[in-house]
Amino acid sequence: MPTRKHLDRIGAVPERRHAGWPTPVTPSVSARTLYRLHHLLEPNPVYRRLAAWLERNPTANRLFTAAEERVKGTIFGCRMCGQCALPATGYACPMTCPKQLRNGPCGGVSPTGMCEVHPEVRCVWLVAFERAETEGRTEDLSLLQRPIDHRQWGRSSWVNYWQGRDEGMWTSADGRRRLPIVQRNDPGEPR
Amino acid sequence: MISGNGHRPISGRLRRTLDSGRFAITAEIGPPRGADPDAIGKKAALLRGWVDAANVTDNQSAHVRLSSFAGSLLAMSAGVEPVMQLTCRDRNRIALQSDLISAAALGIPNILLLTGDHPRFGDHPDAKAVFDIDGVQLVWTAATMRDQGRLLSGRRVDPAPHWLIGTVENPFSPPISFRARRLAKKVAAGAEFVQTQFVFDLDIFERFMAEVHDLGITEKCGVIAGVGPVRSLRALEYISTKVPGIHVPDAMVRRLRGVPANRVADEGMQICVEIIQRLTEISGVAGAHVMAFGYEQGIPEILERAGVGPRPDRSVANDRAANDRAANEGSGRAG
Repeated sequence: MPTRKHLDRIGAVPERRHAGWPTPVTPSVSARTLYRLHHLLEPNPVYRRLAAWLERNPTANRLFTAAEERVKGTIFGCRMCGQCALPATGYACPMTCPKQLRNGPCGGVSPTGMCEVHPEVRCVWLVAFERAETEGRTEDLSLLQRPIDHRQWGRSSWVNYWQGRDEGMWTSADGRRRLPIVQRNDPGEPR
Repeated sequence: MISGNGHRPISGRLRRTLDSGRFAITAEIGPPRGADPDAIGKKAALLRGWVDAANVTDNQSAHVRLSSFAGSLLAMSAGVEPVMQLTCRDRNRIALQSDLISAAALGIPNILLLTGDHPRFGDHPDAKAVFDIDGVQLVWTAATMRDQGRLLSGRRVDPAPHWLIGTVENPFSPPISFRARRLAKKVAAGAEFVQTQFVFDLDIFERFMAEVHDLGITEKCGVIAGVGPVRSLRALEYISTKVPGIHVPDAMVRRLRGVPANRVADEGMQICVEIIQRLTEISGVAGAHVMAFGYEQGIPEILERAGVGPRPDRSVANDRAANDRAANEGSGRAG
């Protein structure tokens, strides 16, 4: 169980996570570990059935979503946008950027790498770049990230992932012309 | 997909200059904080004939001003081609696309799309920061509207707009080794020109340009380097400490501090002139964007001394005539 001090350091205490402008969070787990752990979450028939079952059972879904929020909040400062970009951002959450940038750092990062809005913390995109670079994954940062669907806030991104709803959330440059550029699946709509 | 629906293209002077390979000059017009229609006209009069186009800023530094849309129309009527800046800070995707359509309908030929300064730095830090989409996504949105004639929703925009799409990049902000690739991303999203943050450190900028060149960006996107005269030690202090993302190298600080107080302004002008001259020699630099910190009256002198002005004599009326000819010849631009 992470201590209160630990939670405070990574900005995962709910009042810090939700108060005021989003604040960049440096993840408390290494990128290497998280790239490995990701395989455990990859969609398979069992997960797909679980996701479908969760969506039919509101209470179970609430509990599952709360657990996801707890885990991802503690590690990444997750704010539950419901459309997880972590696998393409060196496992640093872009939604902790005060400008909600999904496509890389703004031009205001200080020479020492600090966020322009919160000069006491490091820019989350600089953290993402360094983590991706260490793991040889900087190509991920060149992917074009589509605008997010704001109806998904508060929903489980794992369920969305297993249901295949965030396919096409990002694309390489040659996929730019695929339309529409926003994914239009209604939240909760069975596939 | 083709959007060439016979709609009259807007072919601005900036587009023609970039296409011709001549060294482009742009400047900046900051709109007033009052209902004074002449404020834009006065600044435009100082720039007319000296610039290919002038940016009209969108509530710069998150301070309330006359809108960039209205400012662009005022600049056009004062004979200066506008680059309408549009940020994601104050508008969601509905308002952004609406303003983009409006700009096209009223003949604004160039747009510059950016994420925008955070309200933290402005006169309303208590405002809601919108940031519904980011700057790269806004470029992508505009390119989709223009080239595919579609909104983000997939609905048709008919006729499709035809602006020249610009963006910004800061080669001096960490992670520096990612900045060229970040620009590549914006070009992949549809940007056709980019204006950079102030170039004071030419070593870093030349490395950035070499990477930009290697990524093949200069063929698809005109890189216009930001410059400006630092005319006082107070201004130097301000831009080095108060404005996010500006890097002033020590050599330049020493040079400005090394002259008597009454010579700082001249020295600042001289440095700006030298930087422009150096920029014209760097391969792939398509032009300079002069941000004069309220010293717009000095821009012609800077350009003259740097050997990049005035512009070949073409009035807005001539530009309109050229557009009419292009339309009559039926040269609709296919996306």
